[in-house]
Order: sequence, then C-alpha cells, then structure tokens
Amino acid sequence: MASGPKANRPIPPRAGVGLKAQHYRDILETAPDIGWFEIHAENYMGEGGPPHAYLTAVRERYPLSLHGVGLSIGGAGPLDKDHLARLRALVDRYAPSLFSEHLAWSSHDSIYLNDLLPLPYTEETLATVCDHIDQVQETLGRQMLLENPSTYVAFAETAMTEVAFLREIVRRTGCGLLLDVNNVFVQAANHGFDASAYVDSFPAEHVGEIHLGGHAEDADDDGSALLIDDHGREVADPVWALYAYALARTGPKPTLIEWDNDVPDWQVLFAEAKRADAVIAGTRSAAA
Amino acid sequence: MTRLAALESSFAHAVLDAGAEVPPPLVRKAGGTPSRRFGVYRNNVYKSLVDVLAGRFPVAVRLVGDEFFRAMALVYVEREPPRSPVLLDYGGGFADFVADFPPAAPVPYLADVARLEWAWHAAYHAADAEPLPLTALEHAAPYAAGAKLTLHPSLHVVRSGYPVVTIWELAARDGEDEPARLPADGEDALVIRPRLDVEVRRLPAGGAAFLYALRGGATLQDAAATAMTDASSFDLAANLTGLVASGAIVDIRVQGLKS
Repeated sequence: MASGPKANRPIPPRAGVGLKAQHYRDILETAPDIGWFEIHAENYMGEGGPPHAYLTAVRERYPLSLHGVGLSIGGAGPLDKDHLARLRALVDRYAPSLFSEHLAWSSHDSIYLNDLLPLPYTEETLATVCDHIDQVQETLGRQMLLENPSTYVAFAETAMTEVAFLREIVRRTGCGLLLDVNNVFVQAANHGFDASAYVDSFPAEHVGEIHLGGHAEDADDDGSALLIDDHGREVADPVWALYAYALARTGPKPTLIEWDNDVPDWQVLFAEAKRADAVIAGTRSAAA
Repeated sequence: MTRLAALESSFAHAVLDAGAEVPPPLVRKAGGTPSRRFGVYRNNVYKSLVDVLAGRFPVAVRLVGDEFFRAMALVYVEREPPRSPVLLDYGGGFADFVADFPPAAPVPYLADVARLEWAWHAAYHAADAEPLPLTALEHAAPYAAGAKLTLHPSLHVVRSGYPVVTIWELAARDGEDEPARLPADGEDALVIRPRLDVEVRRLPAGGAAFLYALRGGATLQDAAATAMTDASSFDLAANLTGLVASGAIVDIRVQGLKS
C-alpha cells in the first residue's frame, strides 16, 4: 500500500484504543496488532512538536478516529467558529475515518468548563443541537457520530427520553451514533433505570462506534453507589456484560477502550483491547 | 434569552461559584439530592483543570508539595478559568499569578520555575523548523552589515534573579536528597526544541538581552550592541556559535541576500 495517510480506509469492526503520549514509542517499536487508534482532537491543536510527529507516524500504520471533546454542541449559543476551523484543519491533515463529538455542552460566555455538561431534552434543545450538527457536518464535509452522555442530574423540563432525543437527531441531521456502553451503565445506576432496556431501545442500525471505559464508585446521599465516568481504570465486569449484550444487537462494531486518567502501561491497555476483540469474535461466531 | 441559554447560564454560574445555589430545574433521581449530584460537576470541572496545571508544572509541584500546589492552582482556576477548549493554551498566566500569590512568597523563585516550565511546554508544542547547521557560520554572511537572524519558533528565554536552571534541574531529578549547593547568581535560561526533544540551557552573560533584541527584529550588530550594554563581557562570536549549536537559528538573512 502506498505510504501516507490511508484516506477513507474505514475503521475495522475491531478494538482500538485512545492514543496516549506515554505509549507513542511502545506502539511504533512493537507495531501491535490492533485495529485502530482514536485521538482527542484538542490534544493535537498545537502547532508542531512530538504530538504531530508521532501521530503522523501512527497514522501511516493504522486507521484513525478523531474524537472532539470541546465543541460544546449542546451550547445554547453559536458554535465556536475558530474551533470548527481547527477541527477542519485536523480532518484535512490526518484524514480520519471517523469524527465524533458529544451530546453535551462545555462552554459558556467564552469560559471553557472542561466537562461534558448535561442538557434538558426539549424541542428547543433538539433544534439547537440539530443546527449545530448540520454546521459541523457541513464544515467537515462528512457525517459525524454523536455520543450518548454520562449524566448525574436530571432536568424537570426534560420532555422526552434520551434515546428518543438521539433518534430524532439522527432523523433530522443524518448523523450516526457513538454508543458509550459505560455511559449507559453509569446513567442507569445513577438515574435508576434498566441499562439493558436502554440498549434495547437504542437505534442499533445507526451505531458507528462503541466506547468502553472505566468508572469510579462514589457514595450518594443515601449511601448507595454514585458512579462517576472517570476513564481512570479497567472496564468494569458488568460493563463488559452490557457490551456483549449491545453487540448482539448492533453486530461487530469498532470499539474503543478509553483510559484517559492514571494511564497504565501499554501492555495493560492493549490487554483490554484484546478482551474487546474476543467479545467481538464471540458475537461473530454466535451469529454464524 | 432562550430557555436553554438561561438554563446553561445558571448552571455555569453555579458550577463556577461554589457559594451559588444549585440551579432549580434539577430533579431528584434515585438516591441523590440535586446538590450532591450537582457537586459532581463542580468537582469534575475544578479537579480536571487543577490536574492540567499539575501536569504542566511538575517541578513546581515538587518544590511546594502536591497539597499546596493544588490549593494554589484552584485559586488560579477560579480567577482565570480557560477561555478556549484548547487546553494546551491554558496556564500561560500561571507564573505571573504565582508571583503575586502571597502564600507562595516564602518560595521566591517559584514563579521563575513556573516560567521555565511554561516555556518548556510551549516549546514542546511550538511549530517545527529545521535549524541551521554549524557550517552556516563558516560564511561571512552572519557578520555582514545588516544581517538578521530568524530564531527557531520553539525558542523561549527565561531571565531570573535566581539560579532557576539549577533549581529546576535539581528538583526535576527524582529521589536525590543530597543538599543542593545553589549558585548565588541568577541564571537566564534558553529553552528550545530543535527537533523532538526540549532542551534547557544556561545563557551566557548578555545572551538573554541579545536574543530579546534579535526577536524584536534588530540586526545582528544592533542586538550585539544591546547585549554589550546589558553585560560588558558579552562575546558575540561565542554567543552566535552557542546559539547555532543549540539549533536556535533557522535562517540568516543579509539585505538582498539569503544564506
């Protein structure tokens, strides 16, 4: 195959991992058999240096997914045009096979809050989010995937379920969905609903990617578990079970292991990816 | 203001101001009160930004300890939250903040160490450029009247009345507890990333003034004169050789000519 970014090479329905600076050398030296890598777009918005040098080398060897964390698609105000332009520049430079962002907001009055903040699911929010997704897809010249959030609070004015809200966004904008299985698990525990029922109702035919991450356990007011989506450890066993359950509906999908805090040695992260590959293989043989 | 804008506004203000009331439209779900649940967002926002600063200023963390650093960083985040989702740009004002943060006064060199660490971070992410080889000085061009130098885009200068490079080196070295014998004089640092690795070097007398003048667009001769005023022992040939050897020069331009 010719050298240079492998444009338009689709992400295979295999496991991938988030690319971390700590692992650049391990990856290039050991050339692990892994399906793909995902980057947080904002970490590659510097002008040059090792991040771009290593990403270029990784991109020559593996398919890439670009995952934005700072666009604030659910922000009530207009999208940050400078930020959109920065995303466009990354898409042009690295030709990622996927681009995804979150159903959340993170900026207000020019202050960036660095967290994925929750939205009320109303007609007004729906119109705002759809306008923003249209703008993103137009600017980037491609379909994007929208990720279901982890939330800790609920709004009195919410008028529809999250899944109904996501379905309507897909219908209006033509975007795809990124199903974060850990987020479903965390929300189900925190809001007291059935995680498998959420997965059952999720529009499986629009899922382009799955995320799996670790969560922390904190204590709620009544002493029960309050789960925090912290991406700081292994994927929990019940989340693996929910993942297998989701895959049975969606079929094999590109699956990302997210481990962004207390990043472990490469071999530990790679082992998590191999575990996801094994679940995908199990889904395939069950379907055969 | 639309309902969504009003809701996000009250939510954001309550996240940023720990004394603010939890926004009213939240409803109780499962085992948690809205205030407990809302606290998760407050904690996420502040902790994640303090983490960014702790990762960006690791030597400062080591000098004052994790607890002190995090408490100080929290005050900075409250006063100067990020204005861009590109957090690579966050923390440029931290050293100035440290310099004016009264509880840090017993560690008077802390702000300069933070300046050095910010310069390191900025150099790491700066634009790339190919440095000139040492042979570039074999030609007469650098010394021609009106010659100007183009500095490497990653180049940063940190001037200090403290031996900031020595302090930084000693603190960055893990686990060595032998008493540090510090030089009495201040040190000026050159921070640069000619290719993949960031390097920190001590500048000779007048070197910082020379680089500031060059960066301001002065010709080599004028910059040397400025440096001589700053330090009478300034040695142009030695400085120039040192800079080229550091990868600090990417171009030498003589009026009408290009090297």
